[in-house]
Amino acid sequence: MAVSVDEAASTDPVRDHTPPARRLRGRGRGRSVLEVALLTVLAVVMLFPVLWMIETSIKENRDVYAVPAKFFDFKVTMGHFKDVFVAPGGGRSALSVAFLNSVVVAGVSTALATVLGVPAAWAYSRFAVKAKKDQLFFILSTRFMPPVVVVIPIFLMYRQVGLIDTKLGLILIYAAFNVPFTIWMMKGFVDEVPAEYEDAAMLDGYTRLQAFRRFTLPLLLPGIAATAVFALIFSWNEFVFAIFLTSSDSVRTAPPAIAGLIGGTTVDWGLVAAASVVFALPVLVFAYLVRKHLVAGVTLGAVRR
Amino acid sequence: MAGIEVTALHKRYPDGTVAVDHVDLSIGDGELFVMLGPSGCGKTTTLRAIAGLERQTTGDIRIGDTLVNDLPPAERDIAMVFQFYALYPHLRTRDNLAFPLRAEGLPKAEVRERVDEAARLMRLGPLLDRRPHRLSGGEQQRVALARALVRRPRAFLMDEPLTNLDAELRADMRTEIKHLQGELGTTMVYVTHDQVEAMSLGHRIAILNKGRVEQIGTPLEVYDRPASLFCAAFIGSPPMNLIEVEVADGKLRSQGGLVLPPPPSLPRDRRLVAGVRPEALEVTEPGAERSAPGRVVSAEWLGDEVIAVVDHGGRRDVRVRMPPTVRFAAGAPVGLRHTGGPPPVYDVSTEELVA
Ligand SMILES: Nc1ncnc2c1ncn2[C@@H]1O[C@H](COP(=O)(O)OP(=O)(O)OP(=O)(O)O)[C@@H](O)[C@H]1O
Ligand SMILES: [Mg+2]
Repeated sequence: MAVSVDEAASTDPVRDHTPPARRLRGRGRGRSVLEVALLTVLAVVMLFPVLWMIETSIKENRDVYAVPAKFFDFKVTMGHFKDVFVAPGGGRSALSVAFLNSVVVAGVSTALATVLGVPAAWAYSRFAVKAKKDQLFFILSTRFMPPVVVVIPIFLMYRQVGLIDTKLGLILIYAAFNVPFTIWMMKGFVDEVPAEYEDAAMLDGYTRLQAFRRFTLPLLLPGIAATAVFALIFSWNEFVFAIFLTSSDSVRTAPPAIAGLIGGTTVDWGLVAAASVVFALPVLVFAYLVRKHLVAGVTLGAVRR
Repeated sequence: MAGIEVTALHKRYPDGTVAVDHVDLSIGDGELFVMLGPSGCGKTTTLRAIAGLERQTTGDIRIGDTLVNDLPPAERDIAMVFQFYALYPHLRTRDNLAFPLRAEGLPKAEVRERVDEAARLMRLGPLLDRRPHRLSGGEQQRVALARALVRRPRAFLMDEPLTNLDAELRADMRTEIKHLQGELGTTMVYVTHDQVEAMSLGHRIAILNKGRVEQIGTPLEVYDRPASLFCAAFIGSPPMNLIEVEVADGKLRSQGGLVLPPPPSLPRDRRLVAGVRPEALEVTEPGAERSAPGRVVSAEWLGDEVIAVVDHGGRRDVRVRMPPTVRFAAGAPVGLRHTGGPPPVYDVSTEELVA
């Protein structure tokens, strides 16, 4: 999700300790005005769809379909949000089940990828592994293919082993996609943590694994947080596998469920928009909460030693 | 406390690099032993093998009476100080010091006692509650040393612990380390590529080159009689003048007419090089007694001494160390005279000391 990446980038200047005034003077006033103007235009273009989505989600249905479009004077309603979670006849809606599925699938697959990927990255960083470069390239190469290319073979394999239309199936495939990513990201972070910490700990009486757990791991936490957020975002947003490999409402995740709202004879755009807002929110909040770690993670290399 | 015995150490890294070719060391109990050598000669690798952080390809390492080849670092009972101090960044000084003790499972009271003692020795009192990033380089270094001491290990290993400090602080810390080692009487292996550090610290110095030991000796031995041309060129600043000589009329004579007293039992029929320290030469009036004619090419006035570069018709210009009171103009003709006893003489082809 592009928005969360922007989140990381936009907090970055906070780390830049040059006082703003001096920076402006250094570049010249004319240029800064132009910069602000261009950035404003860019922001409007980028943010308009998001604003429109939020607006649509709180408009009455008649205002949604109004021509010409109503920007400001419309009636505000929370009805669409209620529809996202509550079925028309009462009880839980199919969408709310889909959201819950998304939480489970994204959370578990990210945890799995982290638990597998971090120790692997540590091993690749610290030890002399035979043909290390080739192995790492092979691991990365599994990410070369876009999901659409592999979804058919995966579908056939899953049908053989009975993983079609199961949450476990989605969790496994997402983890499989996130492990290489985690290994590559985390190897960079581990490389940045001097091996001497572990050496010192081993001389102090710890085993290698204890040294990793007690000394290297705490230093890796920002990196792990950053990596996990990216993995989480991938799993949360993933659409292709989700729509091909699952079909029943009780298993489906949010992306195909929301897409499924569009396509009937009439489309309830208010509901679609409300569901989209709910869908986008957790990722935004999560990225916001860990934004310091994201920045720390991204800049870790620059501040070490 | 214990001595360290390294026998026929050989280390080949998985990528094929031979970092240590053949090293024998016999380090006495309570000795401050310095390993000196240029970058990449295998000092760190040797030290890490002793620590158990790197497994040697072949060869034996004994600490005390124990063969430690297969012991993990934790069981070798040694402490190491790294060039990059490796203080745990998320721990305050106090906890950095306490960590090795907690790993041993010592009772709390004893941990506190030992930490306080180490802190007192290294004067860390006011720094105990700070984290490493709020300590200066010298302070971090003292904490790293203190962390090595708290455990009262059988030996200290130091890998260029002062490289990151500025010159003045380095001199202070050098004195401090030497004093501390003398006080504790713990065996210490100290790695450096700085010859001044090596000369001023070591009881004995091992000079390493390309994974081999070139010479082991006291600082004076190493300075007076370098065992090979490599050592001769490595020790001293400026280093020895290596002057090609021939034996004639019972004297060593250089191409440019410089006459040196011969050491006893010189071999015949070999091309020889004499190693002459800059302070064993002097610049004289042209034509002075026993002097060879020469010409001052340039001179560096260093305040307490002058290093004159003299062309005396040999293949290479020689460097002469003179008191700062001498006066001569660059380019002026001078005399060059040898003043000391017989210089060490090397065989050009084997590069080794022959007399
Ligand atoms: N992990 C490794 N894998 C492969 N080669 C290595 C490794 N570590 C060191 N080497 C090589 O082994 C040789 C000796 O390295 P070592 O670190 O022991 O040198 P050093 O004497 O400590 O040098 P310096 O004074 O620069 O620290 C070097 O050529 C180095 O490139
Ligand atoms: Mg080294």
